[in-house]
Amino acid sequence: MKISRIFKTIILWDFVCGFLIAFKEIFKDKKTINYPFEKGKISPRFRGEHALRRYPNGEERCIACKLCEAVCPAQAITIESTERQDGSRKTTRYDIDMMKCIYCGLCEESCPVDAIVQGPNFEFSTETREELYYNKKKLLDNGDRWEDLLAANIRADNPYR
Amino acid sequence: MLDYLNIIFLETYKILFLLVPVLVSVAMIVWLDRRVWAFVQKRRGPNVVGPFGLFQSLADALKYLFKEIIIPASANKIIFILAPVITMTLALIGWAVIPFGENFVIADINVGILYLFAISSLSVYGIIMGGWASNSKYPFLGSIRSAAQMVSYEVSIGVIIINVLLCVGSLNLKDIVLAQENMWFVIPLFPMFVIFFISALAETNRPPFDLPEAEAELVAGYQTEYSGMMYAMFWLGEYANILLMCALGSILFLGGWLAPIEIFPFNFIPDFIWLIFKILFLFILFAIVKAIVPRYRYDQLMKLGWKIFLPMSLIWVVITASYLFYFNLLPGN
Repeated sequence: MKISRIFKTIILWDFVCGFLIAFKEIFKDKKTINYPFEKGKISPRFRGEHALRRYPNGEERCIACKLCEAVCPAQAITIESTERQDGSRKTTRYDIDMMKCIYCGLCEESCPVDAIVQGPNFEFSTETREELYYNKKKLLDNGDRWEDLLAANIRADNPYR
Repeated sequence: MLDYLNIIFLETYKILFLLVPVLVSVAMIVWLDRRVWAFVQKRRGPNVVGPFGLFQSLADALKYLFKEIIIPASANKIIFILAPVITMTLALIGWAVIPFGENFVIADINVGILYLFAISSLSVYGIIMGGWASNSKYPFLGSIRSAAQMVSYEVSIGVIIINVLLCVGSLNLKDIVLAQENMWFVIPLFPMFVIFFISALAETNRPPFDLPEAEAELVAGYQTEYSGMMYAMFWLGEYANILLMCALGSILFLGGWLAPIEIFPFNFIPDFIWLIFKILFLFILFAIVKAIVPRYRYDQLMKLGWKIFLPMSLIWVVITASYLFYFNLLPGN
């Protein structure tokens, strides 16, 4: 061992250097955010809670083609459909089991009419399991609540598709 | 009869007057520890409960109170329950001899430093009992490690204390502080102060010597089987012990309650505030060390204790003794 190394070991040189660095770091800006009060930026592609969208005239977008049900790798989606009075095919049941869902986004990719989408909301924890079995009403409500953001996100992501 | 009652009442009052602030400051010190740790890592740390998150520890304590206490079926129930109680008690009774000012001490005994030393040696029992009574492999290994570690480092702390005692000539903690009126012992005995600080880290199982509770190897060491309030008591005892060690360090080396310079703005501040400042200063050093150092390997720990610290402090005893003898500075002459 070199003499300088021995000397540094005796006076705890490395430790003192580390200590000074740590002391400087204390006064620097924090890299974390005050989560419930401040939130991080979310990409337009963020895959959060699901929503079923409507056309501006209030008509549901979903045409019950069942592509999302077919593509879903976790088989979390259940759809039943009938023909309506005006001859169009609409869903009577659209359930998503949010505990099975793996948030892969394939339902959104497969949808030909942008009906099922995954929104920017990720804070939908519940106190019971039952609340996480989403039905058609809940999904449509989500769509109504987040419509502005959903539409803006789809527009923002459009050039890259 | 009335005299006895009076004395008992007075003593209880004095003890409560010391213990309640100590317990509150233990809760605050846990918050400070987490906060400093977070700040070094550029995080924010607990800042939601109360102003600056000051009441975080109280919220945690409340949570622990309401949690179920689980006692393993194969555990030795009596010892299992006794272990955290002993840890906590031993961490608190040490405060009896800590002088906060010239006339501000509960028990002004002439062997104060020996008493403190004995108490800190006993605190290993709480850990050994907890590990043994759990009747499970990780707590057992953790407690064995902890016992070996605390015993090794106590030897060097003892020798360091001899250094200080050589300069003072008394075992009374008050005399030790008053002997530093001209110069704090941290200046002539600086290497001993460094070794004392590192040994105190090992003695209180703080990182980088937190081998008894090395998460990666031993889950949580001797605390593995504990839950609820019993775990919280271990936790409180540990932090009370750290505070006690900081207090001991500031009394032995940093001049206890004495102001750094005896001029107006400094000596106007009350004595106990100075001691609290010094304890806080040492504790913040403890907290920063926790944030920056990796954990020692067990053989390195033993090597450091027995092959480096013990010989160094022994040699320093010889140097101090020869110096004092040669220049006829021995106390009492």
